[in-house]
Amino acid sequence: MALLGNIHGVLTAGLNGDHSWRLKDYVARGGYEMLKKILAEQIPQEQVISEVKKSVLRGRGGAGFPTGLKWSFMPRSLPGDKYIVCNSDEGEPGTFKDRDILRYNPHSVIEGMAIAAYSIGATGGYNYIHGEIFEIYQRFEEALDEARAAGFIGQNILGSGFNFELFAHHGYGAYICGEETALLESIEGKKGQPRFKPPFPASFGLYGKPTTINNTETLASIPFILKMGGEEFLNLGKPNNGGTKLFSVSGHVKRPGNYEIPLGTPFSTLLEMAGGMRGGRKIKAVIPGGSSAPVIPGDVMMDTTMDYDAIAKAGSMLGSGAVIVMDETTCMVKSLERLSYFYYEESCGQCTPCREGTSWMYKIVHRIENGLGKPEDLDLLNNVLGNIMGRTICALGDAAALPVQSFVKHFRKEFEYHIEHKTCLVPKDVQWAGSGFHHFE
Amino acid sequence: MLEIEIDGKKAQVPDGSTVMDAAQQVGVYIPHFCYHKKLSIAANCRMCLVEVEKAPKPLPACATPVTNGMKVFTHSQLAIKAQKGVMEFLLINHPLDCPICDQGGECQLQDMSVGYGPMKSRYSEEKRVVFHKDVGPLVGMEEMSRCIHCTRCVRFGQEIAGIMELGMSNRNMHSEITTFLGRSVDSELSGNMIDLCPVGALTSKPFRFTARSWELQRRRSVSPHDSLGANLVVQVKHDTVMRVLPHENEDINECWLSDKDRFSYQALNSDERLTKPMVKQGGEWREVEWNVALDYVAHGLKDIARDHGGETIAALASPHSTLEELALLKKVVQGLGSGNIDSRPRQSDFSADGKRAGTPWLGMRIAELAQQDAVLVVGAFLRKDQPLLAQRLRLAASKRSKVSLLTLGGDDELIKLHARRTVAPSQLVNGLAAVVKAAAEAKGVAVPAEVAGVEVCETSRRIAGSLVEGEKKAVLLGNAAVQSPQAAQVQAVALELGKLTGAIVGFLGEAANSVGAYVAGSVPSAANARTMFEQPRQAYVLMGIEPEFDCANPQVALAALQQAKMVVALSAFKHAPALDYADVLLPVAPFTETAGTFINAEGRIQSFNGVVKPRGDARPGWKVLRVLGNVLNLPGFDYLTSEEVRDEVLGKGAEFAAGLDNGLNGVAVALAAPAAGLERIADVPIHFADPLVRRAAALQQTRDAGVPVARLHPDTLAAQGLAGAARVRVRQGQGSAELALQADAGVPVNGVRVAAAHAATAALGDMFGPISVERA
Repeated sequence: MALLGNIHGVLTAGLNGDHSWRLKDYVARGGYEMLKKILAEQIPQEQVISEVKKSVLRGRGGAGFPTGLKWSFMPRSLPGDKYIVCNSDEGEPGTFKDRDILRYNPHSVIEGMAIAAYSIGATGGYNYIHGEIFEIYQRFEEALDEARAAGFIGQNILGSGFNFELFAHHGYGAYICGEETALLESIEGKKGQPRFKPPFPASFGLYGKPTTINNTETLASIPFILKMGGEEFLNLGKPNNGGTKLFSVSGHVKRPGNYEIPLGTPFSTLLEMAGGMRGGRKIKAVIPGGSSAPVIPGDVMMDTTMDYDAIAKAGSMLGSGAVIVMDETTCMVKSLERLSYFYYEESCGQCTPCREGTSWMYKIVHRIENGLGKPEDLDLLNNVLGNIMGRTICALGDAAALPVQSFVKHFRKEFEYHIEHKTCLVPKDVQWAGSGFHHFE
Repeated sequence: MLEIEIDGKKAQVPDGSTVMDAAQQVGVYIPHFCYHKKLSIAANCRMCLVEVEKAPKPLPACATPVTNGMKVFTHSQLAIKAQKGVMEFLLINHPLDCPICDQGGECQLQDMSVGYGPMKSRYSEEKRVVFHKDVGPLVGMEEMSRCIHCTRCVRFGQEIAGIMELGMSNRNMHSEITTFLGRSVDSELSGNMIDLCPVGALTSKPFRFTARSWELQRRRSVSPHDSLGANLVVQVKHDTVMRVLPHENEDINECWLSDKDRFSYQALNSDERLTKPMVKQGGEWREVEWNVALDYVAHGLKDIARDHGGETIAALASPHSTLEELALLKKVVQGLGSGNIDSRPRQSDFSADGKRAGTPWLGMRIAELAQQDAVLVVGAFLRKDQPLLAQRLRLAASKRSKVSLLTLGGDDELIKLHARRTVAPSQLVNGLAAVVKAAAEAKGVAVPAEVAGVEVCETSRRIAGSLVEGEKKAVLLGNAAVQSPQAAQVQAVALELGKLTGAIVGFLGEAANSVGAYVAGSVPSAANARTMFEQPRQAYVLMGIEPEFDCANPQVALAALQQAKMVVALSAFKHAPALDYADVLLPVAPFTETAGTFINAEGRIQSFNGVVKPRGDARPGWKVLRVLGNVLNLPGFDYLTSEEVRDEVLGKGAEFAAGLDNGLNGVAVALAAPAAGLERIADVPIHFADPLVRRAAALQQTRDAGVPVARLHPDTLAAQGLAGAARVRVRQGQGSAELALQADAGVPVNGVRVAAAHAATAALGDMFGPISVERA
């Protein structure tokens, strides 16, 4: 179990038993009550949406767009098919929260999707699950079977006349398919490449029909928000940053795992929950929102609270809530090299700046790391990333550029040292000691 | 209308326009690679990034919709920086070896890098290497490292050619354009991808490394192949045609060419060209001077006319000949006292002759095809017979048109079809009659008595439904309908359908000058293309005809030629069978070496000039016939230019031919009885349709130029006891051919699909006649 703790747990509350993912357990925890209530009382769609708006639930996939507002963009009254799509293509390095939601609480996602479908007038839904977590895809399929058998999805749900067919769809592991329009292309059976926007999915989405795409955690929160009331959920967090959120803590901490905490909780508290720094070492840097978020020096991070606004103020993004903690034994050049390799490898190759720029950036960082850096390389890097940012079809270009920009900005000395001395500022044996895999001491 | 200001220039543009559209309207150039006006918007090259007021980031002009009051800056600091940044990215992995690239000198990337590229590369890493691919004889994918991933070729396949043969596999900078698992590119429109490719990644295999673009002179011409009359730019070096490209004409070929139009030029330079007049004396061929040859011809024909009468002379001309050639040949034949002239060699039913209201044509302008709500195409191998008309219908069908087929084979036309019915050739009339009956029933009017006896199937109802509902609709008769033994009946029933539904009845047209042949009067007043061979004559004049490939019944034609006293062949090629049956070979110039006129399917008159000097002693056909007229002492052969001939036929300055009318007078509709036994279904393979393409080396290596096979429905195979056979012998009359056998559920039951116009099947008889099949 990688759900290691919570403060005011909402999504993860009561997930202790081995069978918490079963329908029986979910219903025992009060599951599907809201769906039943909404359908039984025929609560107007606007009312559901306004309750979600009140909670100030912001998209948990990374962009932090207010969910209620997104739902209100859907042309509800337009005749014809509409879709709700759940984005479980969790591929961002450092992020591993959605898989735990699907693993331990899949019915919350199903109920959330059914409610979302009701609210936006959708009759079809897909949950697009990352291809590299196949056992979770299988578990979700089982949960779907249970829900279908119990009449929570399908035709004429609970005798209300509301129809909602929900399907699971597993990808093949491409990071780009987490981009919502590439995800739609992938469901349609095409190559996963982002579409140019506009048109946005709310007007031209899956199979050309109006579509809303939400993150797994976002949708899983819906039943709980409606149950406790939007305002109460908001008050769990802080203004404009409603509710609790799952954080995937990884890196040089004692107990890496998922922690659910109210937004606005100090980072130091989260670090404490994760058991503190491994070996009692000093914190050097934190990537607070998944690998595409800019890195923040450790001391800055220690003064920051975990919410969208505070982290933005600190110069980064809350993103998907993947907190990568690095201690003093980390070589920042090596770290960036690995990150740059990821973005170079995962660029879909469709548009020029990303296809060419990500490989160029990786090659430069790779050169620096291997002692072949040139003094002008850091300016070149900055210039190249400047030519990528804001010039691409989707956000992957920015996602690839931001780490490079922030690493060079905050740790320029280390890069310069590397170029000049052709080796790391942090001695190799210190790095190995910190990695936890080598024991020289 | 929306108001927009681009670089200070104000313009009103229609709703839904993009910034790129607006820029083109005001004459501002925005650099681009992936954008193409005929393809969907990909916005992937990012070269067209421009600054838009109030937008924080530069936006791609090709994909950004204009909003009212928008202000765009294409040369601001932000825009230029973005464009230069993209250009640098495009160049880092592009081989910078323009001097050895075939595209050098006509390369968009090269041109644009002059304007937006850095003087010096900052890229010091290794460049990407992409392996070459062999995708067939036409499109060269030999230097794929040059590809900039604009995906124009991919989108062309998906959207225009109707088949996605190229795709982009892999991701990141390892993305590459390739076919699926090493397949070839077989589309009959594949050459357009070469034009679309903005760099030297896709090149023309027949042309590559034979000339530089700046060495070539560009000259206008018109395609001599299918009925479209595609406009060409023929590129010439040292009086040799080096390559053919499209000349953009929105009304005709848009910016496309079929591969046949594009690559057939290789035949012009073929070793088989006839370059000297030749005369056979005592069984020996001798090269002679023109005056000797023409004297010989004039004496021979005059003697025969004097001794046996003019009606013993017949002339058959190719519908690929120019209007001038056809008009003068007719004049010569008339002067010899004969009315036996025809230019419809593949036709077998001439019962409509003398009953036509006018010249058969498309019935509308080509551009109007796209506006039809419903189209029924009857008896056509559409894609291979008229590739670009098929393309127009494909696009129309993808938008709004309901396109249906009544065909003789199961060929995939790559068109989203409303309905499709396949019938045996003998049932074409009944198949169409069923649609007439269904249409009458759907409209609730009396069913015409002639068709009352036909059985109506669900598909016929569906087709009729689309024709009854639509506002603009058409019934188009294809080549096979015209060549079928019931051509007049098919036309009559089609007219009945037109009368009932308000649909235009049109002919897709067989050849570049099929319409022009009628206009030039190259139609018989006595024996037609069939009877002139069935009742053998003393003398024949063949113009551009190779009877074993071009005639409806090669057996009968060859037999008649063999017994004739004199056969004069006007041809661009020294053709082996002609050496056997002919007595005189006169080298006439193909379309690139003569002035002339073609009238295309829509009746458009298109004149052109020769683009190179005639090869050897070859001469333009109109000049040869003009001098022959003089030698024969015929009156009215004083023309000095081909324009004089044309103006005599057409009058001056007309854009479209007069007298176009598909009506028939006095052809009674009668249903056909089912044929007993097997019947042949003969298509004319795209790269065997005329003497030029038959000699185009690269086209002959394509999949479309494969050796014909015999295709039968599996049920027919079983009934004939042929199941499991690998090869069969098909027999018609005295002739037979041994062919590979292929089961094909698309062929109608009791049909035997065996292509015409190929050496392997030249010994056979009627294209749509009875046939027998046995194990080889």
